[in-house]
Amino acid sequence: MNDTIKIRIVKDKIFFGIICFLSSLTVIPLIAILWQLLRKGYRQINWHFFTQSAPSTLDAMMAQASGSLIPGGVANGITGTFLMVGMAAVVAIPVGIFSGIYLADKQKGIYASVIRFLTDVLQGTPSIVIGIIAYAWVVKPLGAYSALAGATAMVIMMLPLIVRSTEETLKMLPESLKEAALALGAPYWSVMFRVLLPSAFGGLFTGILLAVSRVMGETAPLMMTALGCTAVNWNVLKPTSAVPLLIWQFYNDPNLIDMIWSSSLFLMILILGLNLIAKQVAQKWRI
Amino acid sequence: MENIIDQKIENPVLQLKHVSVSYTPGKNAVNDVNALIKEKRITAIMGPSGCGKSTLLRAINRLHELYPNIKISGEIILGNENILEMNPMKVRMKAGMVFQSPNPFPTMSISENVLAGYKLNNIHLQKQEKNEIVERCLSNVGLWDEVKDVLNKKGTFLSGGQQQRLCIARAIALQPEVLLMDEPTSALDPIATNRIEQLLLELKNQFSIVIVTHNMGQAARISDMSMFMYLGELIEYEKTKYMFTNPKDKRTEEYLNGQFG
Repeated sequence: MNDTIKIRIVKDKIFFGIICFLSSLTVIPLIAILWQLLRKGYRQINWHFFTQSAPSTLDAMMAQASGSLIPGGVANGITGTFLMVGMAAVVAIPVGIFSGIYLADKQKGIYASVIRFLTDVLQGTPSIVIGIIAYAWVVKPLGAYSALAGATAMVIMMLPLIVRSTEETLKMLPESLKEAALALGAPYWSVMFRVLLPSAFGGLFTGILLAVSRVMGETAPLMMTALGCTAVNWNVLKPTSAVPLLIWQFYNDPNLIDMIWSSSLFLMILILGLNLIAKQVAQKWRI
Repeated sequence: MENIIDQKIENPVLQLKHVSVSYTPGKNAVNDVNALIKEKRITAIMGPSGCGKSTLLRAINRLHELYPNIKISGEIILGNENILEMNPMKVRMKAGMVFQSPNPFPTMSISENVLAGYKLNNIHLQKQEKNEIVERCLSNVGLWDEVKDVLNKKGTFLSGGQQQRLCIARAIALQPEVLLMDEPTSALDPIATNRIEQLLLELKNQFSIVIVTHNMGQAARISDMSMFMYLGELIEYEKTKYMFTNPKDKRTEEYLNGQFG
């Protein structure tokens, strides 16, 4: 009898050990990536990195020949990324939240099921396909690559994330909250905007941040829409750069290899930061 | 059943006339209920689980409409109007509700919770009026002395019993004609329950209260009138002291003796 219990305890320990080992395996890639980026990228990150546009091949070559750092930075990418993500957010957040409200409210209707299904499909659509769509819808008719086209692609990518996170968060709120508000005679919109949405703020905000961090790192759709630009551009109808686009351009230029690491490090920190903020907010606003 | 409505209740605050509610066609969760509810009294609705008591209560402020496919017939007259023909928002302002578990709005402070009925209905108040309402309602529920220094803290920081009293304050802030309570103490400990019961006895000087309760002892302690419902029907409606000492119907007697429920 005692022996079987001992065996069971040993089995338990082995099982627990395997779980610990495998779960730590999943963290290793992230740590390895960060280590690699830090090691190779930190030198290029300085004041100029944030204030100057991407260097030309010639400048980079000359700097490297003399053994100094590559001049210039990714200011055109940073401004482009913020311009396009900002434009996309302005459209995607309200539309996504309203659709999410609708789905949370109509959990059974056929129309809602169709929207829910299509949203899931949209979420699984390859970003390059979305890029092609934005190209056909915006670049072609306007006759030019533009920040507007890039933002359009971003909206399409952000929408399903915001819709579903809004829906899920609202569904998680206790029914009694809605009942309490309605029982005071409040009209539905008032219940939604003054009670339910504020109570769901943590989840909503997290969903938005995750959607933003997802499109921030997208490259493929931007190649077909925003194209890229060597200077800082605020005109939404003109080609615009973005940090991931710059990484792609640096990759294609042997003289700019060092810039890949620093821009990747920057992008990684930006997205990691957004995720950490999202996590904090979700925890703090938990109801 | 007719003898119930014939009872001599003058100036009823609420009249239920042939009220039936069904979730599925052909099957009534509440079946032909007739009753007059006394003004400024506590009326308890008792009965085993699933007897339709909560459904009936929710029909009175039309919260039952949140469930799809629900059908209601008959008349529920509050004041002079049939609430089934009124705008539900208007009905709900006149018939306040307190729920099973305390549900203060988590994003609002204590004072905002009390004023929630005004804010959610876009009724603008002067600062002076707001302060008066907050102090009066919180005093009415015996919470003022406990929270007057922390009015700006979130309502959810309070204990369960305090939260439930805050919810009562929120409901009475709109001066409803009738206060509906759906097992308001079922989630509370005995001390908090006792506190709420004492509070209801005080509140009945100002408000007409209809309370659904699982707890027969509670009905006996605080109510003036008692209804006993079984399988959707109102079996007996009597002065509480008569019902508990001398129930007319055999089913009421069995229920009160704990033979089912």
